[in-house]
Amino acid sequence: MTATGYDPYAGSRQTTEGRVYTVTGGDWDQTLGVDHSGEERLVVNMGPQHPSTHGVLRLVLDLEGETVTKARVVIGYLHTGIEKNVEYRNWTQGTTFVTRMDYLAPLYNEAAYCMAVEKLLGIEVPQRAQTIRVLVMEINRIASHLVGLATGGMELGALTGMTNGFRERELCLDLLEEITGLRMNHAYIRPGGVAQDLPAGVEESIREWLAVMPERLAGYHKLLTGQPIWQRRLKDVGYLDVTGCLALGVTGPVLRAAGLPWDLRKVDPYLGYETYDFEVPTADTSDAWGRFLVRMAEMTESLKIVEQALDRLEPGPVMVEDRKIAWPAQLSLGADGMGQSLDHVRHIMGTSMEALIHHFKLVTEGFRVPAGQVYVPVESPRGELGYHVVSDGGTRPFRVHVRDPSFVNLQATAAMSEGGMIADVIAAIASIDPVMGGVDR
Amino acid sequence: MTGPGDRSGADASRGASSSGGGFRKGAFGVSGSGDTSGFGGLVRVEPGGAVALHSTDRPYGGWFDEVTDALIDAVGAATYAAAVQRVLVDRGEITYFVAREHLLTLVQALRDDDALRFELCSSVSGVDYLDSGGPAASAGRPRLHVVYHLTSMTFRRRIRLEVAVTVEDPHVPSVSSVYPTADWHERETHDMFGIVFDGHPALTRILMPDDWDGFPQRKDYPLGGVPVEYHDATIPPPDTRRSYR
Repeated sequence: MTATGYDPYAGSRQTTEGRVYTVTGGDWDQTLGVDHSGEERLVVNMGPQHPSTHGVLRLVLDLEGETVTKARVVIGYLHTGIEKNVEYRNWTQGTTFVTRMDYLAPLYNEAAYCMAVEKLLGIEVPQRAQTIRVLVMEINRIASHLVGLATGGMELGALTGMTNGFRERELCLDLLEEITGLRMNHAYIRPGGVAQDLPAGVEESIREWLAVMPERLAGYHKLLTGQPIWQRRLKDVGYLDVTGCLALGVTGPVLRAAGLPWDLRKVDPYLGYETYDFEVPTADTSDAWGRFLVRMAEMTESLKIVEQALDRLEPGPVMVEDRKIAWPAQLSLGADGMGQSLDHVRHIMGTSMEALIHHFKLVTEGFRVPAGQVYVPVESPRGELGYHVVSDGGTRPFRVHVRDPSFVNLQATAAMSEGGMIADVIAAIASIDPVMGGVDR
Repeated sequence: MTGPGDRSGADASRGASSSGGGFRKGAFGVSGSGDTSGFGGLVRVEPGGAVALHSTDRPYGGWFDEVTDALIDAVGAATYAAAVQRVLVDRGEITYFVAREHLLTLVQALRDDDALRFELCSSVSGVDYLDSGGPAASAGRPRLHVVYHLTSMTFRRRIRLEVAVTVEDPHVPSVSSVYPTADWHERETHDMFGIVFDGHPALTRILMPDDWDGFPQRKDYPLGGVPVEYHDATIPPPDTRRSYR
């Protein structure tokens, strides 16, 4: 547009407030040089605020009729700079940040971060703490898969699947609340162990839950698995085979639904997973239907692991012995909520000046971690969750980078949905089950 | 913002590290706290800071030697010698420090060679080693590192490649032609550290808005304070608060 000549689409006039432009639009054909002889191409902007995009995800879809010719994914709407923030907190405080990344699998973030810190420190956490970590992580896996199922069902119009999924997830969250004090963002797993031991009576609660869940999971098979509409919405939708998965770095249920039994709990065991008896469910359909079946089967396997973890719980410490690291390990529930145990306060305030100094230094500055870098991956409900943690020998992380499975898997959107119908884009993304908190961090 | 007295401590410590100090003062790393215990007078020498400057001698132990030999066979001894500057084995993980000119040759061999088979590129990210202790960043000791984590699903092995570049010349060849998954990883690393991946199909910002200025994960990126609604009061940026130094 020239500054001097008359422009029919952005005319201007002088007013008392200065020059006012009136933009009328409609000049796209001239600007882009689109010819009308070809087929009609429509660009649809879906999201970031859309009930079917699984979070604040924006999709830019090129359509020809209802067929998607190009799918572009725009992310970053939930970026909160967690990786940067962690660099200004001490190692223990880092737990409270990383737990907010993938908010449907908070305990996996905590566990992977803490395992990375422990690897840098060169310490091993007590057996009981390891078993508790496995226990809470597997309960968390079931809760996460249930939400994946529920929101996926909602996006495809299976609203009963949604209400049922959130109902059962609530049972899982009740357990996690009883154990950690919070439904989400627990900050329960800490470098050196876990924040506190299991509360009295929680074993009975878990056993009751274990008795109820198989029947509830069977209900999903009754509700969804045999249902013709559900099958037709998922079968042959969002196809991605093993080669495609590996090229795009896709892991987790999506990879296993393509037939490769790649599960870090089996191939690269941590926290004693090699001693638990469980299967790695796979499917050979490489589509959304296979992913649904894999997630359903994984929940059953997780129930088995929870039961085994519960059976092998032996009394013992839940935090390392080293007093230079073990904080907070003296917590208890008082009348006004959780805080330092009265015994510990009496000890540091009344009897030992050394202990008081130690407590003060540990709480205000934290512990030092020897310089170096490690990469620790765990199998989160969505795939390989890797923590690359760098220390410069200080009391704060020098750099924490999270390889979030949702971030990587979301790259497969174009491969899964291009050439298909627009309605199937929703099913494909739901089958990836991305969590935008983890994607954007 | 903060008073002149608060700033002096930070300036003093920066001055020390930029003159090639490589030491850390005090038992707890805090300066100017009025600590009279004597621990504040301790000076500890840390030769490399966060970046270990030494190289591990062979044999590396375990399968590390096997992978290294296979890599030498695949690319040739001359290329290997030119490409790999240092090898570090630490905490059961192996890191190859790679010259950027040879990065693509190496990753191609690592992915395709039958004895290597690193099929999966788990992660690409950056680390800015400014002010990490040790000698100051220079052309010979670049501060921006690009870190690649490769996984061999066949042999169940993981290795790390590291490429270091300077802020003035932050160019690294893109590995997205070998590992398509690196697409978004490299965009994120570009977004956060300003590293330019040559040959990337569409190197744009991914997490930050398109018109954002600066690279947030760099260590010299200003953090900014938070304005508060009281007269004459501001919250200083986190890195200038006393307890975070």
